[in-house]
Amino acid sequence: MKQLILSTAALALSAGMVLADGHGKTIRLGTEGAYPPYNFLNDAGEVAGFERELGDELCARAELTCEWVTNEWDSIIPNLVSGNYDVIIAGMSITDERDEVIDFTQNYTLPDPSAYVAASEDADLENGVLAAQTNTIQAAFIAESSATLVEFATPEETIAAVKNGEADAVLADKAFLTPIADADPDLMMLDQEELIGGGIGLGLRESDTELKEKLNAAIATMKEDGSLNALLTKWEISGQF
Amino acid sequence: MSCWQTIQDYGLRAIGIGERLLPRDDFTLCQQFTLIGSGMIWNIYFGLFALMLGFFLATALALGKASSRTILRKPAEWFIFLFRGSPLFIQFFFAYFLFLNLKSVSPIFDPFTAAWLGALIVLFFNTAAYSGEIFYGALQSIPKGDTEAADAYGLSGWARFRRVVWPTMLRLAWPAYTNEAIFLFQATALVFFSGFPAWQQRGDALYYASYFADKTFNPFVPYPILAFYFILLTLVIISLFGLVNARLNRHLPQNMRRKIRLRLNLVR
Amino acid sequence: MACYLTTGKHMSIYYSVFTVLILLAVTAPIALLFGFVGASAARSRIAPLRWFAQGYIAIVRGVPEIAFFLFFVIALDQGIEYLRHKALCPDWSEPIRQGNDFVVCQAAKVPLGSAPQWLHETYGFALAVLTFAIVYGAFAANVLFGAMRAVPRAQLETAEAYGMTQRQTFWRVLVPQMWVYALPGLSNLWMVLIKATPLLFLLGVEDIVYWARELGGTKTPRFTDYPHGDWRMWYFLALLVFYLLFTRVSEIVLGRIMARLTKGQATAGGEAQRKAATA
Repeated sequence: MKQLILSTAALALSAGMVLADGHGKTIRLGTEGAYPPYNFLNDAGEVAGFERELGDELCARAELTCEWVTNEWDSIIPNLVSGNYDVIIAGMSITDERDEVIDFTQNYTLPDPSAYVAASEDADLENGVLAAQTNTIQAAFIAESSATLVEFATPEETIAAVKNGEADAVLADKAFLTPIADADPDLMMLDQEELIGGGIGLGLRESDTELKEKLNAAIATMKEDGSLNALLTKWEISGQF
Repeated sequence: MSCWQTIQDYGLRAIGIGERLLPRDDFTLCQQFTLIGSGMIWNIYFGLFALMLGFFLATALALGKASSRTILRKPAEWFIFLFRGSPLFIQFFFAYFLFLNLKSVSPIFDPFTAAWLGALIVLFFNTAAYSGEIFYGALQSIPKGDTEAADAYGLSGWARFRRVVWPTMLRLAWPAYTNEAIFLFQATALVFFSGFPAWQQRGDALYYASYFADKTFNPFVPYPILAFYFILLTLVIISLFGLVNARLNRHLPQNMRRKIRLRLNLVR
Repeated sequence: MACYLTTGKHMSIYYSVFTVLILLAVTAPIALLFGFVGASAARSRIAPLRWFAQGYIAIVRGVPEIAFFLFFVIALDQGIEYLRHKALCPDWSEPIRQGNDFVVCQAAKVPLGSAPQWLHETYGFALAVLTFAIVYGAFAANVLFGAMRAVPRAQLETAEAYGMTQRQTFWRVLVPQMWVYALPGLSNLWMVLIKATPLLFLLGVEDIVYWARELGGTKTPRFTDYPHGDWRMWYFLALLVFYLLFTRVSEIVLGRIMARLTKGQATAGGEAQRKAATA
């Protein structure tokens, strides 16, 4: 019943929006800017990465004027629902918890497995000390396992913890860990992987159904003509549509 | 699950007693109150111990800064300047970094990277520097008559300090010291937020508040609960310090007492 | 090296130093104003006004700034938009709260959805200033309240004996004299304010700490022309030096102001100055 009321309200609202908005409304894209290769700040201090290229392309296809903003990860959802930007494009996995509060478009990456990076091959993943960033799906995953969880405020510190021996291994998205393990001779990627979380989608306010449809359509066309796959390959993110 | 059950399960969660897993869904107000309250254990622990240890170092620093000997004065001045002049946030960062490096030198330093000891040391030094400055200010404003009277009674050295200088210094510094205590307890909220890692989801009140804010995506419930606990804590501090203040001033006539309190409220 | 230090990102950190300085320069007078109004209200004869001011001082002082910053800005932002919504779109029939969403009409958005990015940033900055001012205004109110009570009663009684009204006494006698009593507390507060600026990133302003973390973090060769390891320590060291220098300069300036204000006041400090001058 609640669902029904919500959707009617949303419908009525989107009708009202068209009248109120007219054309030329700028769509603001919110991202974190600290999660390569999905999104990061390049040397010039601008948002770059897989999602930058994807977002620009989606906006072009949906004929929207877009603008990039960065926001802290912790408050990225509260700021969306209170209307400070219109779309979250920040490597956010589609989860049930989040779906209750905001809406997601269809996924634009396949579920990316989480991987472990450790200083040695024989790190104890069962009962050892595992590092993760606070408030991530990986932290929740370790909390439920038999290993000892140690949480750090930023991804940077989780890697540092493994290097200096505070933690046996770090659990994070594989696409994030790969370039780090490649660049650092002291660190290595372990074979074991965990499948947590779904694919990544764009986050929107539940009331923004019109925008959601536009973006969904744009993602669909990118999936069809293979341009999304090309982007995934370019940024070395696993999984092809 | 009844609220009483929740309190049994999570009341001591912050120190690792009770349920291993934090609540995952269907968050109730009771859970939020219980867990955030449980986290307050850490805030009180850090605040209380840093304050008690810091008190002695602060006295030493104040005496050092007031000393006429350069070898005592300079280190005290620099210590106070360094800790009062930089944000606590940065102090935590450097302390954690330093302890990590010491760890590879000797295993004695192992516990220092854990918050219970490492963060306590930082807070201890920090509050010692702030209180040291307050005590120094009070030391400078001890009425000349008091020390002259002590000299006339033939008191000197330790007895003169213990029975005249120190009590007067405390009496003069107390209102400002109360404020410092309030600030210190508030600063404890920074420990897990930016400085030290949280082990096995044992954190302070702010850690749990942000856990709930993250899970429910609604900052308007957990943070006001946190605020409520801190206001409560502040009230307790003010009344306890008020009792001590009354004792420190008990020798003064009633009307004088009031006057001195008023005049000193502003030194902060 | 020179190339590295002049990348766009490094320009941002230099720029953010000015952001912090401007924020301090703007916030301090506003917080002082809040404090002044709060302190005056706290000694008002009208009971509700007095209770309100005392409540404001007690509550805001009792809560750690971080906890306040974490939810207050969003609340403030929504509050402003709610008021504008009520004023600008009276015939809007949809509920503002739809489930979790906070939806107001486009005209009530602050800044407008079509506004350029710099306006959004300025607005975010203004919200940060306001939040800082509200928090530190409460501390300033506490200091000024004490200072007002510290002005010797005799001074006020004399003013009344000369036939001054309440208002005249307040503005001509109490206010000019209270500053010397308030200054030690206010300078302390200024130091606290300087050291609170690393919390700015919680308010959505990209401050020096944000950039120091971003720049210092490990950079892999794929995403930058200047790969390096964990350099956060060096960036934080620079911040440490910045804050220490800033504190030192503030101490010197405040010391001079104190000497200036003490001149001719009936306090121990003023007495000492007089003695030094005559000797």
